Amino acid sequence: MIPAIVVFLYLAAVVYIGIFAFRRAAGKEQAEDYFLASRSLGPFVFLFSLFGTNMTAFAILGSSGHAFSNGIVTFGLMASSSGLVIPLSIFLIGTRVWALGKKYGFMTPVQMFRDRWECSHIGTVIFAVQAAMLVPYIIIGIMGGGTTLYTISGGVVPFWFGGAIVAMVVMSYVFFGGMRGTAWVNTFQTVLFLCFGAIALTVIGVGMGGFRSAAQAMAASPLAPLLSRERISPFYFFSYTFIPLSAIAFPHILIFCLTARKITQFKKTVIFYPICIMAIWLPCVFLGVMANRVTEIPQIKERQVARATLATQGKTMEPEQRDQLREKSAGDDVIMLLLQQYAPLWLAGLLGAGIMAAVMASDSQILALSTMFTEDVFAFYGGKTRFGEAVQVQTGRIFIILITLFAYIVALQAPETIFELAIQYAFSGFASLSPLLIGALFWRGSTKWGALAVTLWTAAAVVAVAVFQSMVPAPAPSPGSNPNIVFWWLGGTEALSRTPGGTAVFGFMPVVPMVIVSALLMYFVSLATKKPAPSTIARYFGGQHS
Amino acid sequence: MKRFLLVVAVVALYVLHQDIWFWRSRYLVFGFFPIGLFYHFCFSIAAALLMWLLVTFAWPSHLEREVEQAQREEDVTR
Repeated sequence: MIPAIVVFLYLAAVVYIGIFAFRRAAGKEQAEDYFLASRSLGPFVFLFSLFGTNMTAFAILGSSGHAFSNGIVTFGLMASSSGLVIPLSIFLIGTRVWALGKKYGFMTPVQMFRDRWECSHIGTVIFAVQAAMLVPYIIIGIMGGGTTLYTISGGVVPFWFGGAIVAMVVMSYVFFGGMRGTAWVNTFQTVLFLCFGAIALTVIGVGMGGFRSAAQAMAASPLAPLLSRERISPFYFFSYTFIPLSAIAFPHILIFCLTARKITQFKKTVIFYPICIMAIWLPCVFLGVMANRVTEIPQIKERQVARATLATQGKTMEPEQRDQLREKSAGDDVIMLLLQQYAPLWLAGLLGAGIMAAVMASDSQILALSTMFTEDVFAFYGGKTRFGEAVQVQTGRIFIILITLFAYIVALQAPETIFELAIQYAFSGFASLSPLLIGALFWRGSTKWGALAVTLWTAAAVVAVAVFQSMVPAPAPSPGSNPNIVFWWLGGTEALSRTPGGTAVFGFMPVVPMVIVSALLMYFVSLATKKPAPSTIARYFGGQHS
Repeated sequence: MKRFLLVVAVVALYVLHQDIWFWRSRYLVFGFFPIGLFYHFCFSIAAALLMWLLVTFAWPSHLEREVEQAQREEDVTR
C-alpha cells in the first residue's frame, strides 16, 4: 500500500501545479493565454514540456515490454530513429510554424492550413481526421492509469476507480491550468521520467547481482538472439524510421511549438532531444531484455512460457487461442515486476509515480483537442464573434470535461487491445499527414486540393489497414521460417502480407507506402489544381511567386 | 558549401542508422552492453552533435527578423 500512497501524493502535487498555474495566469479569459500560455514559455519548460508531451506510457512500459519480447532491436527501431528525425523536424518545421504563429496569430495547424491554402471546409476535414486519430490516445491514457494504480496498490484500488482518479486529475489541471498548467506538469513529469530510468537501472542491476553476469549468461543461452536484431528484417527496421515523422504532425506537438517565447528556445530542445530520448529509452530497453534472465519472478516465467508455446504450437492453434497467448506473453508490466522484486517499498512508490507520469501524458492531447475544437470549429463558424472570447475559453473548458468523461466511459466498456491497435494505426496516419506541413511551408505550388487528397488518402489507408488486420488474423511467430500469410503475390514477391506484428507491403510497414503516396498526391494534385492568390503565397515565401 | 555539407551529414547519419553490419552480432561491449545497442547509443550521441552543428551553422535567424519586423509594423499600425 505504501507505493500507492506515494503515487497519490504525486497525483495531489500534479493537481496543485495545475491550480497554481491557474492563479498565475494574467488573462484567464483570453484564448491565447489559456490555450498557448500567452506564447511565453521559457527554454527549460519548453524543452521538457515538449519532450514530455511526446512521451507516452509506451516510453516506459511499452518499450520495456517490447524489448522483453523482441530484444535490443526496440531501441534502434523506436528511440534512436526518433532521436534523429524528431529534432530535425522540430528544427525545420517547428521553428517555421512558431514564426507564422507569431506573425499571423495562429493557434492550431488547421488555422495555418486554412490561411495558407485559402480554404475553409477542407480545413474542417483535416480537423476531423486529426481528432479521430487523437481520441484513442486519451482513452488508452485512462486505461493505463487504471491498470497502473491497480497493480501498484496490489489490487486494492480497482480498475474503474483508478481510471476515474487519473481522469479527474488530468481533467482538473488541464481545466484550470490550460497550456501553462499542462506545460508545468509535463516539465515535472519529464524530470521524473529522467530520474526514473537511472534509478531503476541502478536498483535492479544491484538486485540482479550485476548486469555483466546476466548478459553473459544470456549470450550463452537460447535467449541469445534477443541480444542481436536477427529476428527482425532490415526492411521492417528501415520502415520504422518513417514513424517519427508523425511527431511533428501531431496537433499537440505543433501547438506546443507555438508556445515558445523566442525562437532561440528551440535551440536547446533540438540539441538535447536525442539525449533525453536516450536517457529514458536505453535503461527501459536494457532492463526489458535483462528481465528474461530473472528466474525469481513467477509472472515473468509465465510470460516466457506463453511466448515459447506461441512460437512452437501457434501454427496449429485457433486465432483466438493465439491472441490469448499473445496477450499472456506481453511484457508491458516487466519493469513494475522488477521494481516490486528489487526496490524497497518507498522507492517502488516513487518509481511508480514516474510510471504514472508516463501514463498520464494524455493531458496534452486533451488540451490540443479542446484548442482545435474551439478555434477550428467554434471560432471559425462564428462562435467567437457571436459570444466573445470569454465564452470561447469556457467552451474549451466544457469540452475538456466532456472529452474526458467520454474517454472514461469508453475505457470502462471496451477492450484495451482495440485502442492499442488504433494508436498503432494513428502513428502511421500522422506520419502520412506530414506532407501537409512540408507542402504548406516549403512549396509555393501546393494547393488545398493537394491537401485534401493527402487527408482523404490518409483516412482511407488507416481504415484499410485496420480492416485488413481485423479480417486476417495474425499468424503465430515462427523463428527460423517465414510465418507471413501472403494475401497478394506480385512477380514472385510478397506484395501484401499479414505478419505476426501487423501488415507488410513489399516487406515494408504500411507507413512507408502511406507516406510516399501522400507525398505524390500532394505533388501531382497540386500541379493540376489552382494555386492560392499570389498575395497569399507572398506572405509565406516573400515576394517571388511561382 | 556549409549547408551542402550539413545536408550530406544528415543523409549520412540517416543511412548509418541502418547498421546491417552488426545485425547478427551478439558481442558484449564491456562484457554487458550488446553491440547493437551500444552502436545506437553512440548513434544518439552523434544525432545530438549533428543537431548542435545544425543549430550553430544553419539556424534560421531570418525567421526571428521577420517576426520582429511584423511586430514593429503592427505597433506602427496601432
